[in-house]
Amino acid sequence: MENIDWGIVNWARAEFALTILYHWIFVPLTLGLSFMLAIIETIAYKTGDDKWIKIEKFWLKLFVINFVVGAATGVIMEFEFGQNWSNYSYFVGDIFGAPLAIEGIMAFFMESVFIALVVFGWNKLSKRAHLISIWFMAIGTNLSALWILVANGWMQNPVGMKFNPDTMRNEMVDFWEVLFNPIAMNKFIHVVTSAYTFSALFVIGISSLLILRNKDKVYAKYSMLVASVFGVVAILTTMLAGHGSAQQVAKHQPLKLAAMEGVYEGEHGAPLTLIGIPYLQENDNRNLLEGMMDDMSGKNQLDVRFKSLIEIPYGLSFLAHDDPHAFIPGVKDIVLGNKAEGIPSHKERVSSGKTSINALKAYKEAKKLGETEKAQTQLAVFEKHFDDFGYGYFDGLDPNKLIPPITLTFISFHTMVALGSWFLVFFVLVLIAIWKDNIEKKRWLLKLGVWGILFGWMAQESGWMTAEMGRLPWVVQDMMPTFIAMSHISKLEIIITFSFFAFIFTLLLIAEIKIMLTTIRKGFNQ
Amino acid sequence: MFELLSYESLQIYWWALVSILGAFLVFMFFVQGGQTLFWQLSSNEEEKTLLTNIIGHKWELTFSTLVTFGGAFFAAFPLFYSTSFGGAYWVWMFILWAFVIQAVSYEYRLKKGNFLGQKTYEVFLFINGLLVPILVGAAVSTFFTGSSFSVETSRILNLEYNMDGVISRWHSPWHGLEAVWTLKNLAFLQNIALGLSILFLTRINATLYIKKMAISEPIQKKATKALIIDTVLFLVFFLFWLIRLMFLDGFAVNPETKEIFMQPNKYFYNLIQTPATAIILLSGVVSVLIGIFLGIFKKADVAFWFTGAGTALAVIGIFFLAAYNNTSMYPSTYDLQSSLTIANASSSKFTLIAMSYVSLMVPFVAAYIIWAWRVMDKDKVSVEKMEKEEVKY
Repeated sequence: MENIDWGIVNWARAEFALTILYHWIFVPLTLGLSFMLAIIETIAYKTGDDKWIKIEKFWLKLFVINFVVGAATGVIMEFEFGQNWSNYSYFVGDIFGAPLAIEGIMAFFMESVFIALVVFGWNKLSKRAHLISIWFMAIGTNLSALWILVANGWMQNPVGMKFNPDTMRNEMVDFWEVLFNPIAMNKFIHVVTSAYTFSALFVIGISSLLILRNKDKVYAKYSMLVASVFGVVAILTTMLAGHGSAQQVAKHQPLKLAAMEGVYEGEHGAPLTLIGIPYLQENDNRNLLEGMMDDMSGKNQLDVRFKSLIEIPYGLSFLAHDDPHAFIPGVKDIVLGNKAEGIPSHKERVSSGKTSINALKAYKEAKKLGETEKAQTQLAVFEKHFDDFGYGYFDGLDPNKLIPPITLTFISFHTMVALGSWFLVFFVLVLIAIWKDNIEKKRWLLKLGVWGILFGWMAQESGWMTAEMGRLPWVVQDMMPTFIAMSHISKLEIIITFSFFAFIFTLLLIAEIKIMLTTIRKGFNQ
Repeated sequence: MFELLSYESLQIYWWALVSILGAFLVFMFFVQGGQTLFWQLSSNEEEKTLLTNIIGHKWELTFSTLVTFGGAFFAAFPLFYSTSFGGAYWVWMFILWAFVIQAVSYEYRLKKGNFLGQKTYEVFLFINGLLVPILVGAAVSTFFTGSSFSVETSRILNLEYNMDGVISRWHSPWHGLEAVWTLKNLAFLQNIALGLSILFLTRINATLYIKKMAISEPIQKKATKALIIDTVLFLVFFLFWLIRLMFLDGFAVNPETKEIFMQPNKYFYNLIQTPATAIILLSGVVSVLIGIFLGIFKKADVAFWFTGAGTALAVIGIFFLAAYNNTSMYPSTYDLQSSLTIANASSSKFTLIAMSYVSLMVPFVAAYIIWAWRVMDKDKVSVEKMEKEEVKY
């Protein structure tokens, strides 16, 4: 295993991260704005009050400006699986391809057809048909999130499949198990409602800006009213689904949970760290920054620790297992093993995985030679050790390679939780101020509202980083590490395409922000 | 219901579905064709905006079709997906880049504060319109001329991992771009010819669509002229491609041993041994010709539907020709036995059945696309009307 070119793997990972980072600036806004637009148009339809149409048309403009960059960055990802991750695409394509195809048939057509009708159909459709169209647009937009998160959930918790040793790939055996995978379902609700939260923050932020500038205050306040109600419901659901997600992570990805909370040594009745600060052990000569950089680049990941400043006693055990005394394994327990808790060490799992891979090799050879009995024996060995299959690839590698970047996972998780908690407080404050009709006087709240857009985006990206950094090194949990998933391409090729994407995405982002600011400056009376 | 079908029938069904999606995609490429005509058919800014809006209202649908086409390939033929996308890396990358720059261009073109300026977005649209049909056409042509790759699934068990552990390896450093300069069997001529055929066909479709939708004498006149030139060029390249294809050695599959071998005039035999393919392909070509005739001589709005339907039928015919009748649909010139067929590249029977149920949604999707299309295209548009529009590209 010493022949791995980590440069290629890391560049390919960076390229995907770059694409999703940009994609996820725009898409959460379209997920939430589409429903808010549908709600606003429904109010307009029911009340017959044209001010709601005016409000809708303003937000629709911002929605479309975002949508097109979301489409530009989204189209790449589907093809990037095949381009950079060819082995992965074959290894899991029998299962993973299905949600992507369904996403196209079920969601993208609906989204694209109805967006065109909504944007250009004001004079072509009856009011009722336009209203139906906008609801279909919102449903289509959100359905696409469902299917891509089903696909992602499967990578975190591969269910409803069986490995076929003859085709050398994972094959679907239960479609419903793939769809209703508990990780996928929790993830879908968590991600989608968090996107609604971000959208609500976006609407409140821009409305705040307009009020601060004394522009279109009435329309802005009505927009804020819809957004803050929408936001409260969204963030509460996000929190509930987050709790569900954490429980699923504890069950299926204990190392990710340990990284999220910086748990090094497992314990019963583990506390939940609310605020923690990083430190290095006493005999470490590096400064903290060096240590953290090493950790982020995948070296010595057991060295940087987090000290709790504020914690909730028994909180983590309760969060993960609904039991304040439950055992939470730490990074050390999972890597080095903990016999008392029945956790095997990485060495045992690597050895078992290697046995599984070698047995599969022997099975293939025996089958080629027509040695049926030997083939059956080897197949039984392979199946017995299949749960550790992916660990076999770590034979001879530093055990650090099995640990996710703890510093990044810890920081991103806590950033997400802290910001999410603030959003709930913020939405309630905005609602109260609107209720008392004194929001214009609360300039500090309006200013916080404008900053809320940035905070919302930070929370979105932090959540994504927690989910995706925390599951490293796996592209498919316990089955396929990132370095086995690659295509037969060179580092230079990925660097060239990465650079182009970084360049063009940045150009498009600048264009998008400039157009948006111009549109916002004009306000609702355009 | 689908459980009753054999594995082989499901593979045939799914190749047919992928072909239909591919056909719809190439039909929708009239958006791309149109993007290469904005400057050519307009005399001033107002006319250019009119053309941009006529064509632009359909760009999202082309986008969705592309993504669904890719998804369907991934779900139904994952080995093709992983081999072609990871192998012909640069071809797909250029196609993707072309789509990235297209996605924002309509919306941002006339927006204040658009940073890059109107002209840049118009150039983006032109590049997308030019590159996509040529590259997709050339890529489809390699279904017949082959590519340089090898496939060995056991490589993934290589514990002494280096890049040899990749299941599908591409054996040209150009990663797909070599399709336009491979001299062996003059493959480059064949690939370029199909690429250019698709380009001119998409321009024909776009011209007829513009003629159908635009109320503008100068545009109509220029469109007719462009139609005649594009028709001649399309016929030259397409007939060259089709006739030469009939004489090529094809990548045949021995139905008993599944071994791949070269068979003289394979695609000619495919055409005569599977009459359905021949009927679909030829009726497609005839329908395109009728459409062009109607467009030039009768000025009939229905001309676009004849060329559009003809385009779709011809593409279905080409896809059938590449894969049915014991043929390798993605052949390897590097290692013949690595060639992909709809049998060895497909998903498992279970997945194909599950996805077949999903495919029952297609008529529903088609129904609302048709409804939306009728609503959007109810009225023809003119420069005067466009100026009054509240929202425009």
